[in-house]
Amino acid sequence: MENRPLEYDYTVAKMFMFTTIVLGIVGMLVGVILAFELAFPSVNTFLGSGLAEFTNFSRLRPLHTDAVIFGFTLSGIFATWYYVGQRVLKVSMAESGFLMFIGKLHFVLYVIGVAAVVVSLLAGVTTSKEYAEFEWPIDIAIVIVWVLFGMSIFGLIGIRREKALYISVWYYIATFLGVAMLYLFNNMAIPTMLAASPIGESGIGAWYHSVSMYAGTNDALVQWWYGHNAVAFGFTVPIVAMIYYFLPKESGQAIYSYKLSLLSFWGLMFVYLWAGGHHLLFSTVPDWMQTMGSIFSVVLILPSWGSAINMLLTMKGEWQQVAASPLIKFMILGSTFYMFSTLEGPIQAIKSVNAIAHFTDWIVGHVHDGVLGWVGFMIMAALYHMAPRVFKREIYSKSLMATQFWIQTLGVVLYFTSMWIAGITQGMMWRAHDEFGNLAYSFIDTVTVLHPYYTIRGIGGLLYLIGFLMFAYNIYKTMTAGRKVEESELQNASPMGA
Amino acid sequence: MDIAEIQAYGYFGLTAFLVFVLYSYIYHLYSTDKKEGGHDYENYSNIALKDDIEDTPISSVSDDKEK
Repeated sequence: MENRPLEYDYTVAKMFMFTTIVLGIVGMLVGVILAFELAFPSVNTFLGSGLAEFTNFSRLRPLHTDAVIFGFTLSGIFATWYYVGQRVLKVSMAESGFLMFIGKLHFVLYVIGVAAVVVSLLAGVTTSKEYAEFEWPIDIAIVIVWVLFGMSIFGLIGIRREKALYISVWYYIATFLGVAMLYLFNNMAIPTMLAASPIGESGIGAWYHSVSMYAGTNDALVQWWYGHNAVAFGFTVPIVAMIYYFLPKESGQAIYSYKLSLLSFWGLMFVYLWAGGHHLLFSTVPDWMQTMGSIFSVVLILPSWGSAINMLLTMKGEWQQVAASPLIKFMILGSTFYMFSTLEGPIQAIKSVNAIAHFTDWIVGHVHDGVLGWVGFMIMAALYHMAPRVFKREIYSKSLMATQFWIQTLGVVLYFTSMWIAGITQGMMWRAHDEFGNLAYSFIDTVTVLHPYYTIRGIGGLLYLIGFLMFAYNIYKTMTAGRKVEESELQNASPMGA
Repeated sequence: MDIAEIQAYGYFGLTAFLVFVLYSYIYHLYSTDKKEGGHDYENYSNIALKDDIEDTPISSVSDDKEK
C-alpha cells in the first residue's frame, strides 16, 4: 500500500456545501417571490392563471420556510460538521471506510428526502403543521437521515485522537439530540388509512395522509414546543457551534473565555426548551404556561449574550482584522445580529409587548434579522473559510465578497426596519377602537397602509438574494479558477484574491 | 395552605435551587481549572487553533490508554 501522509477527507463536506448553496438559492428565491406577492397580489399568478395553484402564496410559503430551514441551514450544518468534526477531533474520515460510507449514504438519502419534500409541498400535500408539513412517509425518511447524521457524529467521536471534545462538538451533539427529540414527538401521527370513523368506515383518505396524535390545545403546545426549539436547535445551537470554531480559527485568536462558552452552553440547553410557550400568549393554553414561556424567554438573553459577547471579546485587540477581512466582517456582524435578535425576541415575548406584536409583521421581521443576519451570514462565512481548505485554492475575489457583505447588510436592514414599522402599525391599528369599543379600522385599511413597507421588504430580500448569488459565484470561481495555494497559507486568515 | 401558596413556595424553592446550581457550576469551573486531575479549560481553545492532522492533540486519547 502506498504510504501517503494522512489528510482530512472533505468529500462529504463538499457534497453538503453544494446543497447548501443550491437550496439556499431556491429557498431565498421563493422567499423573494413571496415578498413581492404580498406587496403586489398579481405576482401570485406570475406564471399564468393555469399554474396559479403552484405559484400562489399559500402553496409556496412552506416551500420557502422548509427550503431555508431544512435545505440551506441543515446542509450548512452537515457541511460544517463534516469539516469541523474531523479537525477538532483530529481524525480523518479517510481512516474509516465505514464512516465514509455512512457519510455518503447520509448525503444521498438527504437529497432524496429533499426531492420528496419539494414534490409533495408543490403538490399541496401537507400535514398543515408549521415547519412540520411533511407527511409520515417523508418523516420516516428524515428520521433515517438523522440517525445517519448521529452515527457520523458519534462514530467520529469514537475514533478520535483528541480526548477533550471542543465546545463546537458539544453544540453539534446538542443539535442532533435536540432535533431528534423534537421531531419525533411533534410528528407523532396516525395515517388516516388506519383510522375508522364512528359509523365504521375504514381506510379513509389517501395512503400518505395522517392526523396528528394530539388534538386542540395539546397539539398547539407540542407544535410550539417544537416550532420554537426548531429555532433553538436549527438556527442557534449549530450556528453557535460554527462561530466557536470558525471565528477563532480565521482570526487566529483563542476564545476569549472557554469557561464562559461552557457556562453558556449549559445555560442555553436548560433555558431554551421552556420558552416555546411565548408563541401561545393570549391563547387557550394555561396562563401559568404562558407566563413561564415569557419568563424563560427573557432569561434566555443571558446564555445567548454569553456566547455572543464571548465571540466579540475574542476579537479584543484585533479589531483591525474586522476592517481588513470581509470574512471576519460576516462573522462579527453575524454575532452582533445574534445579540440583537436575542434581545428583540425576549422583548416580544413580554405579554404586554406581545399584545401588540402577536400575528404582526414584527414577528416576521424578528425571524429574518435572526436568519438573514445571523444564520445566513455565519453559514456563508463558514463556507468561505472552508472553500480554500477544501479546494486548495484561494478565495476567488475579496472585493466581490466585500461588496456582497454591504449589499446583504443593506438588505437585512431594509428588511427588518420595514417589518418593524409595518408590524407595530398593524398591531396598533388592529387594537384601535372608539369610545364604544367599535374597531376603528377594518383589515383592508391596514393592508393599504402597509403596502410601501411590503415593497421595501421585497427589495431588502432581493438585495440579500443578489448577495447570495454573488456568494455562489465566488465559491464556484474559487473551486474552478482560484489560485492554487500551499498548506502553509491555510493556517489562519483565509487567502483571498483581489 | 391553599394551592396558590404551595405554588409560591415551590416557585421560590425552585428558583433558589436553580441559582444554587448555576453558581455551583461556575465555582466548579473555576476550582477545577488548571488543577491536578482537573482541566485546563482555556487551553482547550487550542483544539481549534492547532487542528492540523499532524498537530499534537491538546489532550490525547492515546495518553489515556498508556496510563
